[in-house]
Amino acid sequence: MTTPMGPATAATGTLLGKAGGQNDHLAGSHTRRGKPKIDRIYYLFLLPSLILFTLAITVPALVGIFYSFTNFIGFGDWQLVGITNYIAVFSDPLILSSYLFTFGFAVVTVFVVNAIAFLLAVALTSRIRMKAALRAVFVIPMVISAIVIAYVFKYLFANSLPALGAATGIGWMQESILANENLAWVAIVIVTAWQSIPGALLIYIAGLLSIPGEVYEAADIDGASAWTRLRSITLPLVAGYVIINIILGFKGYLNAYDVIVGLTQGGPGTATRSIAMTIFTGFTGGDYAYQMANATLFFIITVLISIIQLRITRGKAALS
Amino acid sequence: MTQEKIRTEPPAARSAAADKGSGSGPRRRRGKVGQEKTNWPTMIILFLCALTVLLPLYVTISMSMKTSAQSVDGNALSLPAPIDLSGFAEAWELTNFPVTFTITTLVTIATVVGTVLLASLASYAIVRNWDRRLFRWSFFYLLAAMFVPFTVIALPQIQLTGLVGLANPVGVTILHIMFQLSFSILLFTAFLRSIPLELEESARIDGATTWQTFWQLIFPLLAPMSATVAIFAFLASWNDFMLPSLIIADASQQTIPVVQSIFQTQFSSNYNVSFASYLMAMAPAIIVYVFTQRWVMEGVTQGAVKG
Repeated sequence: MTTPMGPATAATGTLLGKAGGQNDHLAGSHTRRGKPKIDRIYYLFLLPSLILFTLAITVPALVGIFYSFTNFIGFGDWQLVGITNYIAVFSDPLILSSYLFTFGFAVVTVFVVNAIAFLLAVALTSRIRMKAALRAVFVIPMVISAIVIAYVFKYLFANSLPALGAATGIGWMQESILANENLAWVAIVIVTAWQSIPGALLIYIAGLLSIPGEVYEAADIDGASAWTRLRSITLPLVAGYVIINIILGFKGYLNAYDVIVGLTQGGPGTATRSIAMTIFTGFTGGDYAYQMANATLFFIITVLISIIQLRITRGKAALS
Repeated sequence: MTQEKIRTEPPAARSAAADKGSGSGPRRRRGKVGQEKTNWPTMIILFLCALTVLLPLYVTISMSMKTSAQSVDGNALSLPAPIDLSGFAEAWELTNFPVTFTITTLVTIATVVGTVLLASLASYAIVRNWDRRLFRWSFFYLLAAMFVPFTVIALPQIQLTGLVGLANPVGVTILHIMFQLSFSILLFTAFLRSIPLELEESARIDGATTWQTFWQLIFPLLAPMSATVAIFAFLASWNDFMLPSLIIADASQQTIPVVQSIFQTQFSSNYNVSFASYLMAMAPAIIVYVFTQRWVMEGVTQGAVKG
């Protein structure tokens, strides 16, 4: 490891399956010290996490998967029904449209967030003044509750923009875009991006700061232009951070819920209903087993996407 | 200790210290290139972008201080005239603020403390016993939750918390900690691997037990990362809407983000009241951020710069 290692790069390492390599020196030192007996207290350190985690995450997951093969409606008796629920999910237009909407939304948002966050990070690490103050301002959206800021934006989209449209006579602005089933998703992308750019931005700033200054000094001597520096030096060197941001972001946006509840409640009609919102109807709508089948499929899809993303990035990492 | 020294020393000493280190020490990109010209076009663009961040906050503050009559005109940018603070009093009562605030605060504090303790202890055990299969597998097991979003296990979690009497803020706290655990363990293990083993070995030679070594040596060394983990746990817990809205059965025990929904149905035209309530929901997180933002950024950036 010649480059500095931080949480984000270590995270890349772990995700790319390099965690073992970093610990070889530890394993070695244990044998060198000749201490084969483990201190029992280490189990005490680890067990609370393992037990709570198993009860809170693993058990519910297994219970949920089991019920997806039944006709359980959330209470009362149930019977095993095999894969009936899974077959029904595939031909449910409401579920299919929620997948279509959520994936489209996630792709657009990942692109918008990363493009803006990366450019902001480059600007914020360049030769500017008031660096600390500007950075502090740009991180503010991260600390505000998504549902609350969605309510604030809802007022702007539903009341202020139409009022402005009426005052200026601009036709398309006079109707709330939240009530337009072709445009409501734009509002959701805007608010989600507003909220999640800071997280990506901080990771990019960390990545940019990890690039040794010598690299740029060498480029300056060679007379490289700003664009060449960005494309040929900065981007390849922060590739790991780009990957982290895309994986984390995409996973988060596929689970979109708060902002949509705050802005449109899934409407107009079901135009902006996300997968998460569809699954949660299983709790109130007596569709427990059926929506659990949906949730299980969604889980398999997200894991497959993560594996594909890791495969692609591993290939990229091998190239650089 | 050492990184504290490096951070506070003047630039020259800092780079000297870095050169002494592993060769990839904490060296900032443009720290000591000398006085360079400020990039004014970039600064102007950054100021414009900063406006888009601040505008919704300005709207929230100004709306909360308007009269009900002024708040319905749709002009979000106008200044309140006259200033009317009665919206806050009404929001205070409608959201039962003292109770809601107490519940949310307790859930958040318990989540922060629980996350830092469980994650740092587990991480230490994992990193120091990496050559043992149980610990290595536990690491990947605990990390697996990063691939299991709440969405997927929400229905059985709602069902099971109800069955065991945890359909309340306590249940939310436990789930908040569990959902923070993966990410926090990832951060702690990365940080622990960068702490030289020699430090610990000298303590061991002096006869310190594992328990003492952790609390007296390792836990204090982890402080910068604990701060980062704590702040992220704080934000995730304080601002969460999805989990409490689904888990907490009794509406009178709801958290601050969830109770804001009352303004979406009744009283929907008293915008000054709803915005006063939004401001009261945002303010604590913003205040905490103002005092800890050094840690938020340093935690992330310093971690990356650290060799």
